[in-house]
Amino acid sequence: MATRAYAGTNVACNDEGYMTNLEEWTQQVGEEIAKEEEVEMTPKHWEVISFLQDQYRAEVPLTIRKIGKSGVTNIKEFYQLFPNGPLKKASRIAGIPKPVSCI
Amino acid sequence: MKNLLILGAGTAGTMMANHLVKKLPANEWQITIVDKEKTHYYQPGYLFVPFDIYKPEQIVKSIDQFIPKGVKLVREPIDRIAKDEDQVYLANGEALSYDLLIVATGTDIAPDEIEGMLGEHWQESIFDFYTFDGASNLRKKLMNWEGGKMVVHICEMPIKCPVAPLEFAFLADSFFKNKGMRDKVDLTFVTPMDGAFTKPRATKELNYLLEQKNIRIVPNFNVERVDGEARKVYDYGGQVVDYDLLVTVPTNMGDPMIERSGMGDDLNFVPTNKATLQSLVKDNIFVIGDATNVPASKAGSVAHFEAEVLTENILAYIAGKEMNGSFDGHANCFVETGNGKALLIDFNYDQEPVTGTFPIPGVGPLRLLKESRVNHWGKLAFRWIYWNMLITGKPIPFVSSAMMTAGKDIEPAPAEVG
Repeated sequence: MATRAYAGTNVACNDEGYMTNLEEWTQQVGEEIAKEEEVEMTPKHWEVISFLQDQYRAEVPLTIRKIGKSGVTNIKEFYQLFPNGPLKKASRIAGIPKPVSCI
Repeated sequence: MKNLLILGAGTAGTMMANHLVKKLPANEWQITIVDKEKTHYYQPGYLFVPFDIYKPEQIVKSIDQFIPKGVKLVREPIDRIAKDEDQVYLANGEALSYDLLIVATGTDIAPDEIEGMLGEHWQESIFDFYTFDGASNLRKKLMNWEGGKMVVHICEMPIKCPVAPLEFAFLADSFFKNKGMRDKVDLTFVTPMDGAFTKPRATKELNYLLEQKNIRIVPNFNVERVDGEARKVYDYGGQVVDYDLLVTVPTNMGDPMIERSGMGDDLNFVPTNKATLQSLVKDNIFVIGDATNVPASKAGSVAHFEAEVLTENILAYIAGKEMNGSFDGHANCFVETGNGKALLIDFNYDQEPVTGTFPIPGVGPLRLLKESRVNHWGKLAFRWIYWNMLITGKPIPFVSSAMMTAGKDIEPAPAEVG
């Protein structure tokens, strides 16, 4: 298990760069991961990130469909906010594991 | 007299009726099973019908012949489960009381979930093969189809039998080769996943086969809508795929009755403890097969392994004992790869499919994650096993409900190709 330096601290990450401990996440950490993902964060982005984290804490598996029904955003907008693989990208910024919606 | 009620007489429900009638004393328990259908379909056969490997009539039998003596069959649509009353209301208004309920109502396709999928082009240029009608209509279409762009497509996960769409693409390649028209068919596999399958090592092996068979893959495609007139599929990220013949696996959802009962998740699957198979809705409700939300494949083999665990747990529950049966997510699937070959995968919640031998470690005769003719014969023989052993609850020799690690090349050998 490796760590990566974000916002002046070392946070635990897996090989694919997903954080393994949400406790270590701060908005600054999220901001820096977003830069790596080439996403410019806006208040709407943070609203979605916070929804993802809540769902993760509640142990609800995340799917694109779930995002569409979240009331926070719709699927079309979700793709505009986090282009190319929005759920993977947003999960990484949110400091939660890569979604395993596939069985 | 106590009542044990089973909803759904498909693969899982029928297996449970057969297991439990042998275990529960007939003078204490009345077992009742409810299903509106008359026909039990051999669902693994849907894959073979479009290519005329099976005739439609070879995959149907009557539901009644698999319901054991002593179990009452009620042929009525279900309105809803009233969990607080311990009753199930039928569409005719009648109520059935239960002490213990097993939900086995499966999953069905929901093409209306995708904009533009249903309509005048449905079953004309847009087909499913996850229903008897869909597979039969596609068979007629393929008999006279002159070629063009065939797109095999998955709308969203989870789906029943997650390898079936890939098998369809492999079999299509063989089918058109045998008809001497492979050069007239452009085959594309479009999936919302990263690659060919849900698990990394199997994906590696299967991607290789796609390449070998000249099947193009379009991954990470989350369908937004279908334009039937223009014959295009659009995804949310802006990708567009053209087709002449779209073979799609629509969104899979649990029975609408689950939604009417207020018991499902956003796809109408019932929240279920993945080890004990007790519902998270109420203690005396258990769930099996495709109707659950457990993170295992939706497949007949899974239902078969679950049935053994669930039978044990229900007996413990009734006796007021702790439920020790723990389902490990075991799935065992033959994957048809075309040209009379197949490969076999055996995996569970934690262990992804790897190479090895099955069911006897070190011997086989079946090979895991490797193409062979023996595996293909295994798949065809499975129809007999299904009708004669599986749904009537007879044990299958050498195959246990818990996945075996013996005989599997677990680590660190990467899946070889070639």
